[in-house]
Amino acid sequence: MRRRYLPGLLTEQREGRAPPAAPGLRPPGLRAGLLVAACLCLVAAALLAVLVGPVRLPPGGVVAELADRLPLVRVGSGLPDREAAILWQLRLPRVVLGGLVGAMLALAGAAYQGVFRNPLADPYLLGAAAGAGLGATLAIAYGPDTSSWPVGPLPLAAFAGAIVGVVSAYALGRAGGGRTTATLVLAGVAVTSFLTAVQTYVQQREAETLREVYGWILGRLTTAGWNDVVLILPYVAVSSAVIVAHRRLLDVLAVGDDEAGSLGVRAARVRLVVVAAASLGTAAAVAVSGLIAFVGIIVPHTIRLLAGSSYRLVVPLCLLLGAAFLILADLVARTVMAPAELPIGVITAFFGAPFFAVVLRTSRRTP
Amino acid sequence: MRRILVPLLLLVALVGAGCGRSSPERDTTTQAGQAGFPVTLDGPGGKVEISQRPGRIVSLSPTATEMLFAIKAGAQVVAADSFSNYPKDAPKTDLSGHEPNVEAVAGYNPDLVVYSNDPGDLGPALRKLGVPALLLPAGKRLDDTYTQLQQLGQATGHTTEAQALVASMRADIQQIVAASKLERPLTYYHELDKNLFTATSQTFIGQLYAQLGLQNIADKADKDGSGYPQLSAEYVVKADPDLVFLADTKCCAQSATTVAARPGWRQVRAVRDGAVVELDDDVASRWGPRVVDFLRTVAARLDALVAVRS
Repeated sequence: MRRRYLPGLLTEQREGRAPPAAPGLRPPGLRAGLLVAACLCLVAAALLAVLVGPVRLPPGGVVAELADRLPLVRVGSGLPDREAAILWQLRLPRVVLGGLVGAMLALAGAAYQGVFRNPLADPYLLGAAAGAGLGATLAIAYGPDTSSWPVGPLPLAAFAGAIVGVVSAYALGRAGGGRTTATLVLAGVAVTSFLTAVQTYVQQREAETLREVYGWILGRLTTAGWNDVVLILPYVAVSSAVIVAHRRLLDVLAVGDDEAGSLGVRAARVRLVVVAAASLGTAAAVAVSGLIAFVGIIVPHTIRLLAGSSYRLVVPLCLLLGAAFLILADLVARTVMAPAELPIGVITAFFGAPFFAVVLRTSRRTP
Repeated sequence: MRRILVPLLLLVALVGAGCGRSSPERDTTTQAGQAGFPVTLDGPGGKVEISQRPGRIVSLSPTATEMLFAIKAGAQVVAADSFSNYPKDAPKTDLSGHEPNVEAVAGYNPDLVVYSNDPGDLGPALRKLGVPALLLPAGKRLDDTYTQLQQLGQATGHTTEAQALVASMRADIQQIVAASKLERPLTYYHELDKNLFTATSQTFIGQLYAQLGLQNIADKADKDGSGYPQLSAEYVVKADPDLVFLADTKCCAQSATTVAARPGWRQVRAVRDGAVVELDDDVASRWGPRVVDFLRTVAARLDALVAVRS
């Protein structure tokens, strides 16, 4: 069983100490406490985001409306038709989508950082962003008229582009002779530069697409609907499940490829599986929300600073707090200038970076 | 700037419009045009001196191209930028109006370059080459259209035609506005793209709507005064506009059908009343002579809507 390869066991063998001593891992009671607190954070963020928006909905009515949909609860609809439509068809899907995208990006960020043992790795490291950007630009510039399609060409092209980006980076990295992370990262840099160059060229050729491409790059949840949620839910679910299942192996990888090998872990294979899962999820997130920057870096690092560096705890916390963070960022994006919108990428960077700096300063722990 | 000559010029314009772009007429305008040169124009891009009637004009702005053809200077245009898709016989080329390349422009050996935005140093660079370059930036109000038409008239030797066109536009617009008096103001939302970027009543297009007595739902959203805010879908549904104007039918394939299919938009009055108006993106984004067509389209839809409601 995989569990056996825990660093905890390693320390036990070497130093004869009690098992729960993996680096940075808190005692079980505290871990449960942190998880419960993160769950509460997510619920509070979601509730706040449902209650507050550019249109004032009566909080009592919203709560009644939501409660009415629960099984076995009949309190009658709390809102008139228009307000109910705003709540169910505009606000709620946006909150849910924000949560899914935030969870996915934070999780993928943590996974990439673990796999590459590089604190600056983010979900876009292997060309997912550049590939998606090129795909989206091509769809915007040359996309067919697809008003009758259930899914527009943009998410499909962005998704395909992200996959193509990561696969070519991976193939290039392997062809470069390396099973090490350094060659992979370099391959990612090369693929990113190349795809970005192509994207810039297309943009220059088709200048009328500039604003739409730019808006997409800054990220958006503006036009989110349930169809977007349905579109990415399977990918996010599968990819999260894979990463969560590999959280202990990420801890093993943290000690280095050779050491992991001596523990019976095939580092290259774990890396492939985790990178594939994280990239698939990132591609799905990027397809519906554009490039929302910094979430994949800020959230995992903040969690490490607060809760230690063990992936057993970081991974589930990323899932919960990543969702909460992006839900709140989107809340700011749609209310701070209401009824106008701010691009969410601006919010995540503007609030995320200083917040991260504060956490970094006030914490004595290093990531 | 209303002239006493309006009725006379209107007549000239109508006759001119009737003649179209027949080639003998070009010759007569050529003869008439030589008189006004050299001419010095004082524009937003600085003083522009044109020594003789230009015969090799490069237009880097679709609006300027439309204006040049409308004042019958079309025959003097040798190249127009890649977006100059109107009129059909405009000499559209690969030239970019967004990122103008001085060498590519100079390659056409122009004796006048007209452009609407200058991200680099196009104007000064052309002047160094001895090519007069006339900057005609995006119009902020209808008077800018008239001013630019008259400047182009002077610059190309078509002063009379330009004045006639301005007069006829003024008269047409006055007529359209007078004929469409709304009993109560209707609200509208003007969509620039499907991410709900819009234009407020402070913009060029917004002022045209305002002339017809329409109220813009986006004004509250424009706190920074850019004129082009991005709205929340929630807000548009709540604001419940009487009319939705789509200026993203070509760029983004939006239509009354796609709008009705958006989540929550079935609640919007304009969608229920069939008052989602599919505009031509180009006509709705240029400040050229076709603003008259634009106003006519909008006024017709207003009449239809009022008739349906009463």
